[in-house]
Amino acid sequence: MSSPGLVIAFTLLLPVFGALLVLVFGSKPNVREAATLLVGALTFWHVRELLHLVQEGARPRLDLFEVVPGVQLAFEVEPLGMVFALVASFLWPVTTLYAIGYMRGHHEENQTRFFFFFAIAIAGALGVAFSANLFTLFLFYEFLTFCTFPLVTHHQTEEAKRSGRIYLGILLGTSVGLQLLAIIWTWQLAGTVDFRVGGILAGTASAGVLGAILVLYVYGVGKAALMPFHRWLPAAMVAPTPVSALLHAVAVVKAGVFTVMKIAVYVFGIDLLGTLATTPWLAWAAATTIILGSLVAFTKDNLKARLAYSTISQLSYIVLGAMLATEMGIIGGGMHIAMHAFGKITLFFAAGAIMVAAHEKKISGMHGLGRTMPVTFGAFFVGSLSIIGLPPAGGSWSKWFLGMGTLEAGQIGLLAVLMVSSLLGLYYLLEVPVKAFFFKPPEGAHHHEGIKEAPLPSLIAICITAAATVGFFFWPDVWYDLMVMVVNQ
Amino acid sequence: MTALGLFNYWAVIVLMMVGFYTLIARGNLVKKLIGLNIFQTAVIMMYVSFGKVTGGTAPILVEGEAAEGVLYSNPIPHVLMLTAIVVGVATLALGLSLVVRIKEAYGTIEEDEMRDGGL
Amino acid sequence: MRENLPALLVVVPLLLAPVAALVGRKAAWAVAAAACWWSLYASIALLQRVRAEGTISYEMGGWAPPYGIEYRIDLANIFVAIIVALIGAVTIPYARKSIAKEISDDRGALFYAAFILCLTGLLGIAVTGDVFNVFVFLEISSLSAYSMIALGEDRRALTAAFHYLIMGSVGASFIVIGIGLMYVMTGTLNMADLAVRLPEVADNRTIPVAFTFLTVGITLKLALFPLHLWLPNAYTYAPSAVTAFIASTATKVAVYLLLRFFFTVFGETFSFEVMELDRVLMPLSIVAILAMSLVAIYQANVKRLLAFSSVAQIGYMVLGISFGSVLGVTAGIIHLFNHALMKGALFMAMGCVMYSVGSVRIEKMAGLGKVMPWTMAAFVGGGLSLIGVPATVGFVSKWYLVQAALERGLWPVAGVVLIGSLMAAIYIWKVVEVAYFQSPDPDYEIREAPLSMLIPTWILVAASFYFGIDASLTASVATQAAETLIGGLP
Repeated sequence: MSSPGLVIAFTLLLPVFGALLVLVFGSKPNVREAATLLVGALTFWHVRELLHLVQEGARPRLDLFEVVPGVQLAFEVEPLGMVFALVASFLWPVTTLYAIGYMRGHHEENQTRFFFFFAIAIAGALGVAFSANLFTLFLFYEFLTFCTFPLVTHHQTEEAKRSGRIYLGILLGTSVGLQLLAIIWTWQLAGTVDFRVGGILAGTASAGVLGAILVLYVYGVGKAALMPFHRWLPAAMVAPTPVSALLHAVAVVKAGVFTVMKIAVYVFGIDLLGTLATTPWLAWAAATTIILGSLVAFTKDNLKARLAYSTISQLSYIVLGAMLATEMGIIGGGMHIAMHAFGKITLFFAAGAIMVAAHEKKISGMHGLGRTMPVTFGAFFVGSLSIIGLPPAGGSWSKWFLGMGTLEAGQIGLLAVLMVSSLLGLYYLLEVPVKAFFFKPPEGAHHHEGIKEAPLPSLIAICITAAATVGFFFWPDVWYDLMVMVVNQ
Repeated sequence: MTALGLFNYWAVIVLMMVGFYTLIARGNLVKKLIGLNIFQTAVIMMYVSFGKVTGGTAPILVEGEAAEGVLYSNPIPHVLMLTAIVVGVATLALGLSLVVRIKEAYGTIEEDEMRDGGL
Repeated sequence: MRENLPALLVVVPLLLAPVAALVGRKAAWAVAAAACWWSLYASIALLQRVRAEGTISYEMGGWAPPYGIEYRIDLANIFVAIIVALIGAVTIPYARKSIAKEISDDRGALFYAAFILCLTGLLGIAVTGDVFNVFVFLEISSLSAYSMIALGEDRRALTAAFHYLIMGSVGASFIVIGIGLMYVMTGTLNMADLAVRLPEVADNRTIPVAFTFLTVGITLKLALFPLHLWLPNAYTYAPSAVTAFIASTATKVAVYLLLRFFFTVFGETFSFEVMELDRVLMPLSIVAILAMSLVAIYQANVKRLLAFSSVAQIGYMVLGISFGSVLGVTAGIIHLFNHALMKGALFMAMGCVMYSVGSVRIEKMAGLGKVMPWTMAAFVGGGLSLIGVPATVGFVSKWYLVQAALERGLWPVAGVVLIGSLMAAIYIWKVVEVAYFQSPDPDYEIREAPLSMLIPTWILVAASFYFGIDASLTASVATQAAETLIGGLP
């Protein structure tokens, strides 16, 4: 490959190109899906190209043009963005593989539109990951909101319409009402919106004003689902499961927490962040979301809803990591972006597989299903371990560093919150495989007969993500090294 | 200049208010137009008053010795008002033709009798 | 010809108007197209000259100002002239089929004559440097606009036009009174000359009275809340092409007039420090943004919805002006241009719906996303711009407006701007949901609008994205224009 800038351009344009291929081959499902897979693999390959550059210490950059004087549309790849880009671009082809089985097995309509917007959404997520300034980030952030809307409302039912309203209302409301205000305020104070190592806001205004801007940012990034702006995530669960899996466990929500981390590190800077009065308050707001999210997850019998609230809770780990304003917190938060992504997508894949194979959404109806679908529930078990933070799953590393971060910040109370939440997770996640494997199916429940595992492509996808989850316990170096680069640059 | 000396301006103000009131308070479209016209006429009178110079004569250049010390009224406001009169006539014509069309379409020119015609 | 271009910009359309009235409908369309495209060419040529040589002063008939009428073209007004000419040039190909459908054949030629006259008047207001000339052109454009609105299919178009006529004439009379009072104090009608002489007599009570009359008169013309009552009905019942043209030009030109009088003629010091204009305009524009967006949400007729949204958007422009700073005026001018693009596109999309469906009531638009995909996609595109999504022109406007508010330390006002765009999201989404989430009425067949209507619509949509992604041109012109206005005449 020639210049790094060109690689960035390719990486961003490939999904768009893939989307166009999907449109062209809309009438031939096999060609269409093959094209998506191929383009997905190519995209990931390009991201790896960039990964090598970043690991060597380079910062590939692509400046396009000025949008308004002083504000550029520009991309720069740095380690934190790399973490997010790697996760999104790797999981895209995997999810496509899964979606092939799911969408056909579930006889979904409008599959071309589905795959089209799916590819476009990935372009949006990569744009968020690589953005070099707040404007570019905001542009792709909103782009992601709008191009996932048709995916959320895929079924076009009355329920989908209502959920779509909540989805768009909260995401647009927070981003336009709070985040944009904060961005323009930043521009007003600092005279730039570029992401710079060490931040751009230090010394530009009084601590009170900067603290207020921080609050605007953290709540303005609605995709991070900090309570009370979390309602959109459960609402988005009306979407087909691959959407919930990739977008609402990986791309969209991670775009949110990634934005929070990016702002914490490159707009405020860890040093400034630690001095602001609002930072601990926000850390406690995140802690509250962690606990409340877990408690609500407890009460949900619908598996996807339970996973959604678990996601809300887990996202706040990352916000918490950023708001600890310590190196360990940042490392832990960044690693959790990756670890949670792989763990949670496995859980969603499994939930979707159960829905396709057994037409079962409720946990109470899954008694005994484990015997007929051992692979699916096995994968669910592995994913659960990662989310809870138990070895041998990758999640244990990120939780470890987050815990270290709380100690580094001297916040014993927050450490306790992490512990309690893990205990809650232990129950509400492991309940599913336990019931499936060890409980007897209810009397007279002949509906389990004739149920097999999910379609093969879906099953392969589940195994890949589950294997990766375990793999990252033994080899977490990629993520760790990148995050160390973030805090040490 | 006493208050009485400004007599013509008082007249302008009274006419203006009469016109304005008619325009707002009357529901009959023709009466509204009449109000509008009175209002515009008041403006014209105001301009003409501006142009009047006490003791001045019509602004026609006087030749020769007689030109010494001749005081002219300002012609520009008058000229401007020629334009304004043309505009006023055009407005009135358009307004009246609209009233004719409204009468054809609604069968009435009373505002409160038009079912869907209010603002 | 090059020397006389400022005059020809206005004179050519003026002469073409009677020609259009005399020939048949089809020929009249060609004449109107020639007028529009000529004025676009002329205004762009003038822009290049202004950028290269600075302000152009043209003496009408060779009479030197301040006695003769002067056409004075600087960056601020050529920018406005380009908006008018551009929208005219895009509307006219669109109008051919739309007007043929909505207006009976025998009136077609007269319609195009009125269209050209309206264009003439608006261009004239933009380029003239003489305040009484402003009034004359204002009446030319207004009278032709009244008659075009009255040509709407619905009989309510007649009453809408009548009310517009009454209120518009009152506004114009107020402007004349203001001009007369200024004249009586200074003895001049030339804007540049007024700017020099007014400060000498600014202590006299007549000047604030003149200022007030002018402000009220112009705000009536530009439909600033609460003087907007004529606008919703006029936009709703006018023929679609007329709505698209007038909505994106007439109020914009009035906003320009406001800028010209506040900053050039009276001067920033008098307007903002003596008259404390911001105390009046800012609350009014904030109420306009919030209240009118709210009213828009509850409309069942989409053209009417967009009309109320226009009143709210005018609030944005006036809000920018009311800051009285370079940044604020820049925001106002940018929004002038940006709003012309997006509202033009939205009203044109509604014209396409009118053409194919025969109604723009929201319930008639069920399932249109499927049967008229291009039209509805254009509506969504324009709508995103109205909401102010990044990469659209609406975002650029908001960027500058919020910045201007924060510069003055008025962060609640910045919040109002953003809340306004969220309300826009609600009323746009209302339409989108109906168009995409309901199934079309199977009883009668609806087809996509003809290409001659879709292409102009999409030109505006594309422009609203292009100038949102690369706003350096509009931003630099607007900033320079704002500096010219505030810095006084060079």
